[in-house]
Amino acid sequence: MTELLVGTKKGLFLVEGEPGRGFAIKTRAFAGEAVDFATRDPRSGRLLATVTSPIYGPKIFYTDGDPGAEWLQAEGVALPEGGDLALERIWVIACGEADGTVYAGGDPGVLFESHDGGASWEINAGLWEQPSRAHWQPGGGGLCLHSICTWPGDPNKLAVAVSAAGMWLTEDGGRSWRRGNLGLSPRYLPEEALKDENAARCVHHVERAPGRPQRLFMQFHGGVYRSDDAGESWSDIGGGGLPSDFGFPLMVDPDDPDSAFLIPLVADVDRVTPGGRVRVYETRDAGSSWAQRGDGLPAEHAYLTVLRQAFARAGGGERLELYFGATSGEVFGSGDAGANWSTVATRLPPVFSLVAV
Amino acid sequence: MAVVRVRGSLRKLTGDRAEHELDGATVVELLRTLELRHPEVSGWILDERGLIRRHINVFVNGERGDRSTAVASTDRVEVLPAITGG
Repeated sequence: MTELLVGTKKGLFLVEGEPGRGFAIKTRAFAGEAVDFATRDPRSGRLLATVTSPIYGPKIFYTDGDPGAEWLQAEGVALPEGGDLALERIWVIACGEADGTVYAGGDPGVLFESHDGGASWEINAGLWEQPSRAHWQPGGGGLCLHSICTWPGDPNKLAVAVSAAGMWLTEDGGRSWRRGNLGLSPRYLPEEALKDENAARCVHHVERAPGRPQRLFMQFHGGVYRSDDAGESWSDIGGGGLPSDFGFPLMVDPDDPDSAFLIPLVADVDRVTPGGRVRVYETRDAGSSWAQRGDGLPAEHAYLTVLRQAFARAGGGERLELYFGATSGEVFGSGDAGANWSTVATRLPPVFSLVAV
Repeated sequence: MAVVRVRGSLRKLTGDRAEHELDGATVVELLRTLELRHPEVSGWILDERGLIRRHINVFVNGERGDRSTAVASTDRVEVLPAITGG
């Protein structure tokens, strides 16, 4: 049985089922509220959700019990008081490697960390006080810290991505950070502008290959990249069969470090699935070639938008399950690593995020 | 003391009471006092900058106010989420 946590524009949906055998909605929480992201910490079973009220601002909530009942508000999810900025949104929550450690990334380019499983949080001062911060440029969705890549077994190593302040790497548990943008080549900037390390590097999504943690895959704002040196430098892998190298969602197979999955969109000016066909593109050779996978997905007049956090996995290898949701309110799933797909849910509110447990 | 009236989510966060008698010479002072009495409401009305959130309206004796509006001990302050849109 797989549990899907579907964050939508109008609430959090907990969906349960098995690929090919059907899924059912079990619970709707935060009715009417925008749930940007939700996850379950497998170590404790705790559910965490981030909700952005247009009136009351962003908050993180958690529950150890019935998700249809009461959630508690986490403490400390705020920028330092008295500054010029306010927290706009939490984009992602990720479990850390150390016991009880959880990370949250948000706008404006901020990383929070919790060491009690998400009940209380503090800002990561190392990244917040980066001297270059005043020069960071927001992407279209804001200055969002959307990707948090932990290093299996080593809580001191972390890679995070900020749109459009690029990749940031730490090896001392977040006390100090350095950039990891070598090789990224934004097509939206003149070549001369790349000499400025503060020029916008609009990273859309990054995932680490857990079995070979020095390897990361990146969906860029026009471009797909791979790093084999823990995010220091990047190689373009955006050719070889992709209909477009623009998009947001990216996933990996934890059992195969040569694997990655993308759901490309046409371009930044037309953020829908190319040709009206919904397809997931798979590489099994670390990006040298890409093959379309999509049996069972809409293949005609289907112009879906899949947001950056709305692609998820469970399991690995031959039993890798993949799921994605669209702003159309549809959720699709595969129980065989993307070869065959079925509809998990329809007529949900626009899907912002998806996590499979 | 001025009376601050809250509704909905804010009421739940302030002891499930709609009305609060509070000390303060300005709207923001009243709201800070409310936060001290009910820490759960911190961050809901005022953001980290100490500004009233953009989609919350404050009325003093029925007239639109802002964080620096002066408040007398007999005044009535309403804190309302702004329902907007077409």
